[in-house]
Amino acid sequence: MTSPLPQQTLLDVHALQVTFPGRAGMVRAVDGVSFTVAAGETVCLVGESGCGKSLTAMSLLRLVPAPGRIERGGHIRFDGQDLLSLDEPSLRSIRGREMAMIFQEPSTALNPVLTIGDQIAEVVRVHTRCSRAEAWQRTEAALAQVGIADAPRRARQYPHELSGGMRQRVMIAMALVLSPRLVIADEPTTALDVTIQAQILELLRDLRERTGMALLLITHDLGVVAEMAARVIVMYAGRVVEEAPVEALFASPRMPYTEGLLKAMPRLDPAERLERLSTIAGTVPSPDALPSGCTFRDRCPHAWERCAQEEPALHQVSAAHRARCHLVQEPERRVPTTATGAHA
Amino acid sequence: MTTPSATGTPLLQVRGLTKYFPVRSGLLQRVTGAVKAVDDVSFDVARGETLALVGESGCGKTTTGRALLRLIEPTRGAVHFDGTDVIALKGESLRRMRRHMQIVFQDPYGSLNPRMTVGEAVREGLLVHQLAEGSEADRRVSRLLDEVGLRPEYASRFPHEFSGGQRQRIGIARALAVEPSFIVCDEPVSALDVSVQAQVVNLLRDLQRDRGLSYLFIAHDLAVVSHMADRVAVMYLGRIVESAPRATLFAGARMPYTKALLSAVPVPVPGAARQRVLLPGDPPSPVNPPSGCVFHPRCPHPLKDAVCTRVVPPLEEKAPGHFVACLKEPPTSVPTP
Repeated sequence: MTSPLPQQTLLDVHALQVTFPGRAGMVRAVDGVSFTVAAGETVCLVGESGCGKSLTAMSLLRLVPAPGRIERGGHIRFDGQDLLSLDEPSLRSIRGREMAMIFQEPSTALNPVLTIGDQIAEVVRVHTRCSRAEAWQRTEAALAQVGIADAPRRARQYPHELSGGMRQRVMIAMALVLSPRLVIADEPTTALDVTIQAQILELLRDLRERTGMALLLITHDLGVVAEMAARVIVMYAGRVVEEAPVEALFASPRMPYTEGLLKAMPRLDPAERLERLSTIAGTVPSPDALPSGCTFRDRCPHAWERCAQEEPALHQVSAAHRARCHLVQEPERRVPTTATGAHA
Repeated sequence: MTTPSATGTPLLQVRGLTKYFPVRSGLLQRVTGAVKAVDDVSFDVARGETLALVGESGCGKTTTGRALLRLIEPTRGAVHFDGTDVIALKGESLRRMRRHMQIVFQDPYGSLNPRMTVGEAVREGLLVHQLAEGSEADRRVSRLLDEVGLRPEYASRFPHEFSGGQRQRIGIARALAVEPSFIVCDEPVSALDVSVQAQVVNLLRDLQRDRGLSYLFIAHDLAVVSHMADRVAVMYLGRIVESAPRATLFAGARMPYTKALLSAVPVPVPGAARQRVLLPGDPPSPVNPPSGCVFHPRCPHPLKDAVCTRVVPPLEEKAPGHFVACLKEPPTSVPTP
């Protein structure tokens, strides 16, 4: 994996906060999220359902669904430009052209009454001043680039005529047709079978190498993270709780939540059938009923008084590794063997 | 097919199970074809055993599970449960049999009545099968909720008040209420987050040990299967293409499709060397499955030839307990340890 040093920062998210009106006041679904993505880098945003990873991704394109709102105070800089202060026309010129998004469900993200070729060509025509013929040419080239055989014929088909894997390739072609510098992929393979997932991940890796685009991959699957990421950002209950290069994260996670996730993940191991899988006790807290202090403390095997009183900061573990845990400062508080198998 | 277990006759015996769904078209809605969802599937489940049925979407694994419970009527085939011919049962006798064969669904929310409290849902089976009523039924409901790791006072709450993992526990409690000996678990952890998934897998294992349950564990996640199953059967386009004891299948798969499937599972080790068999294209449609071996259009086997396009490979025992449906895989004499 490449060292994170000399690359230029492409995306700089700082103190991002997304709120929703809840039963008792505003709920902070994304709470002070900060991270960067360098040009050409692959970063994975990982976490379980409701952790705020998808909302974070939507915020980058300012697509947060109403009544959700991005609060003032933070910024999202793309190539130095603050997306949160742009007007709608300037934002639209960046969306699709400079940064593009791939969604989880290609069947709902594609328009069922237009051919896939028309949908991709429309993207080209909206953003560039090229002729219809030229747009169509670029469309066919984009479809061929994502490994769709017989692109001229496929371009004239409707979404329902294609398989799920093929539709996801179309989504990727649409995202890449204008050669954006950043592609945001929100669970791009979650709806797909594992053999098709393997094809799509291979394709994304290959495209990244060929085009030099940066990739922000949002996923819950740590297997996908291990295969794709250079750097990983772990989210829990709306916050970034750990950030590290992929090897460091898998080899020595410093936030007990990350550690728990890695242990709970079943591994395909022919030699050993585990009597019990390791678990994380309890469930993710609801965003309108977060515990005081550390949001993970209810489920944490190491928690002590300080964890209830004081929210831990994202402590620096090493140059590129940060973890939101008091254990970074007080490692002696660590409980030696973790108990597993608690009730819900 | 033989089972490796030494407990005598298997609890469940499925032979030649087949389910075709008619395809209608035209003005008169005439039957013009069939979706061959399940095609000539045979397997056994021994007492206390977990047989995992794995495969990708549309391979027929869910239909197999429902057809053997007769939640959908099979087109043909034989199902024997504890000596009883399940296919021949009708009305009241079928309902009585259902007490012994239960199912846990993937989506517990969709399978729970939103207007019924958790207690009512769990209690329903007790009443229908006249196992308990009144305060005895209440006591049993409390005990069941406790057994699946839920607080007994949750009995008065409604399904929407629970998280996905808790709802799955409710679904399991409901299935257990009638004291079955066999449960079809249809993707029971697929919709759950990793941390919760592990809890439910552990619960299913504990219940199996404590109650001597047999499971047909239908899943697409091979990593989960590798911790749940005693034996694994792999389905592709409506047929079982390979089956073997767990360790044999994961370490020594013989059918090219199984190999590709296993190699596609992401390895959670950064920088690990991957030797991936990337299959070209998508699985073909079960309306018009390929002739001969259903896998032949995508098969990377070096010996693949014209015979594969004509002859349907039988599921043969190539090594003890290891069944493979591939014309090009020779039987091997495995050295006995």
